[in-house]
Amino acid sequence: MSSEQRADSAIDATPPEIAEQSVATKPSLDKAALVTQLQAIVATDAVLYDEEDLRPYECDALSAYRKLPMVVVLPSTVAEVQAIMRLCYQHHLPVIARGAGTGLSGGATPVGDGVVLSLAKFMSILNIDPSARTAVVQPGVRNLAISQAVVQHRLYYAPDPSSQIACTIGGNVAENSGGVHCLKYGLTVHNVCKAKIVTMAGELITLGSDALDSSGYDLLALINGSEGMLGVVVEVTVKLTPMPDRAQVALAAFDDVVKAGNAVGAVIAAGIIPGGLEMMDKLAIQAAEDFAKVGYPTDAEAILLCELDGSHEEVAEQMVMVREIMQQCGATEVRTARDEAEREAFWRGRKAAFPAVGRLAPDYYCMDGTIPRKHLPYILRRMGELSIEYDLRVANVFHAGDGNLHPLILYDANIPGELARTEAFGGKILELCIEVGGTITGEHGVGIEKLDQMHLQFSREELIQFHAVKHAFDPQGLLNPGKAVPTPKRCSEYRQLPAQGETNKHALASQKSGQPS
Amino acid sequence: MNQEISQQLQQQVIEAAHNRESLQLVGSNSKKFLGAIADVTPLEASGHRGIVSYDPVELVVTARAGTPLHELEQVLAEANQMLPFEPPHFGPNATLGGTIACGLSGPSRPFSGAARDYVLGVKLINGRGEILNFGGQVMKNVAGYDCSRLMAGAMGTLGLLLEISLKVLPKQATEITLIHPAPVTEALEIMNHWSGKSLPLSAACHDGENLYLRLSGAKTAVASAHQLMGYAPQPDSPLFWQDLKEQRLPFFQSTLPLWRLSLPGASAHLNISGQWLIDWCGAQRWLLCDSPPALIREQAQAAGGHATLFRRGADEIDIFHPPEKGVMLLHRNLKQAFDPLGIFNPGRLYPGL
Repeated sequence: MSSEQRADSAIDATPPEIAEQSVATKPSLDKAALVTQLQAIVATDAVLYDEEDLRPYECDALSAYRKLPMVVVLPSTVAEVQAIMRLCYQHHLPVIARGAGTGLSGGATPVGDGVVLSLAKFMSILNIDPSARTAVVQPGVRNLAISQAVVQHRLYYAPDPSSQIACTIGGNVAENSGGVHCLKYGLTVHNVCKAKIVTMAGELITLGSDALDSSGYDLLALINGSEGMLGVVVEVTVKLTPMPDRAQVALAAFDDVVKAGNAVGAVIAAGIIPGGLEMMDKLAIQAAEDFAKVGYPTDAEAILLCELDGSHEEVAEQMVMVREIMQQCGATEVRTARDEAEREAFWRGRKAAFPAVGRLAPDYYCMDGTIPRKHLPYILRRMGELSIEYDLRVANVFHAGDGNLHPLILYDANIPGELARTEAFGGKILELCIEVGGTITGEHGVGIEKLDQMHLQFSREELIQFHAVKHAFDPQGLLNPGKAVPTPKRCSEYRQLPAQGETNKHALASQKSGQPS
Repeated sequence: MNQEISQQLQQQVIEAAHNRESLQLVGSNSKKFLGAIADVTPLEASGHRGIVSYDPVELVVTARAGTPLHELEQVLAEANQMLPFEPPHFGPNATLGGTIACGLSGPSRPFSGAARDYVLGVKLINGRGEILNFGGQVMKNVAGYDCSRLMAGAMGTLGLLLEISLKVLPKQATEITLIHPAPVTEALEIMNHWSGKSLPLSAACHDGENLYLRLSGAKTAVASAHQLMGYAPQPDSPLFWQDLKEQRLPFFQSTLPLWRLSLPGASAHLNISGQWLIDWCGAQRWLLCDSPPALIREQAQAAGGHATLFRRGADEIDIFHPPEKGVMLLHRNLKQAFDPLGIFNPGRLYPGL
């Protein structure tokens, strides 16, 4: 870049190639030639190109957005991934990396002229080091499989998104996945020590290290939550956590959601950081109880599940405090699980909440905003008002400890107009989250689902800075194009729109196949 | 007032861009020794100070980057909370901005996490003179790339921090330190043994003679861990950890170059002659020696870590461990993305960056 251009960029903010960067120039390989070239890299049957074979890859768990890719390729080695990336780079072909496809924001949605790079064959746990408390795993290893593989060392992998039985660690890194234990044990970014990525140009790079930090920029932090747009994760070293001696859960029932919200704050104000702290509202409680029959008090307006873990003494000491706090905050009932079976039952109800709510209506739409907890009463009140206004029921499941809301809007896609209303209602909820200083996505990612709301949360300059970061890793914009960060063009178009909900550009469909956390 | 200051800072950056000048970002100069200081115009940022918002129940504090660290810690302490990464100050007026930009963490690091782990959001001025917000004031936020954590440890080379939001935690109810005389190899074994258990360990250090283990947590948990581990309790222990964190222990009073080796905690003791002090449960090892830098870096890298020439380096020696080629390219590209004219802290992290 010449010095004249540099000076311009300082004044006008952006180099033009970044400002209008979206998908790259036209690919220079047709489908038949691409298939042939890919088959020269991987086994013949590891390249899928017939419509019938491509169909399972047309969407992730946000099944409303569907697109058949040109080709799906399933490499088995890092060298193959590198060769595929080099080929696509050379021919300007977009690449969409894919794990288990459990993402809820359309982050793995294919593009029609692109390649889906499935990491499904990378299923090996390469090393477990009990003394260093780390495991080196391939990206296609399932989240839960890591914990299962280290259980004999009394260790586990802490982040536990509700999809943990199916979702893979590569996808967890891409989304910076959370779960119910984030407040105490952190997100994926806090539990990954090292990641190997392949860049769009096919280069293998190591981010982070086996030590607690590495020299220079924290590229490992940047890659977490980057939605597969900066590099393809091909190996992950995760931190393992010693299993607590004991975990105990209390279930507190309230006749008012505001009281329950206050109790959350009171527990934290007492200096207690629970392993998990979850809230469910009346509709969610009833649905979960009907579905899982775990003994939830169905007459309550809200319940809190508060799990403490640690040494026997610590848990016992703090559980006494938690019970007292709940009662002081007006709990109508506080129960502690009598044994491990009852503890599991308390959680089973919570974990079944999504499918349970799904039975109440033909379709539901899961939201994922995070707010400062103190605004919970306001948000819940406004959500109640909006529910009446849009004539749609909403059930609330809430990672109360860290302010992450999962409102579930119930609708029926077959009733004309209901889809559009649902989308508008969802948009309003996200706007509310921004209004109180929160964010449009706590753990599900932006994908293509929340591109429009990105304009509300970020300024034009901030979005351009994101594009510049993308440009630093992938100058041609080939890796998962069109996701996570809207183009400035889309930005100005969006701001000219009359209002949310008056347009229905994207159709939502049932998310029942998905497993939100 | 503070808005005025942030506008002034922004103006200075814009002017530097127009004049093709570079700026050296200055808080209180407490960490001036860390990184190469270029001979360019200083930009004094410590005037932009004060806590923007703090609600203890939310476990989040937002403060301007020029806020003195001791002031911030005082405010948190009044609400019985703390910065869990125990940042070293290295000077009486250390600022929050410098603390985050240097990305340094104290003895609790292996058990509670690093500075970057507690960064939730930042407001900064980039090299185009734009004021930008990334992240936020909430615990979970995956909207956009994580540009805020990227600022931790970037040594101010990507932007001027204006505000930082951090997750904070309640102070631990009880704290005791256990002391046990042991040679270094045995000490490394013992610390790694205990840290694999579910115990309220919060620091583990070996000063050449003794192993120090700190326990923090609920009273009963600390008591039962003490009983399990044995070892004698150490009086005046808070002072010890303070002095370790601030490098005031006798070990640090030397004229030799001070190396910081960041290694896998369980890795074997390195065969480099010099004086060693082990912190972070083996993961941060301080070394006083004048062996050739290449040898030290080679050994650190072979052990899976890296070495920083923390204090008393010679001018011609890189302070930070150079990354591999592909990673260095990403550094240059990211520098270009945030600071295309190379305004901020030129060469402070790596030569030419």
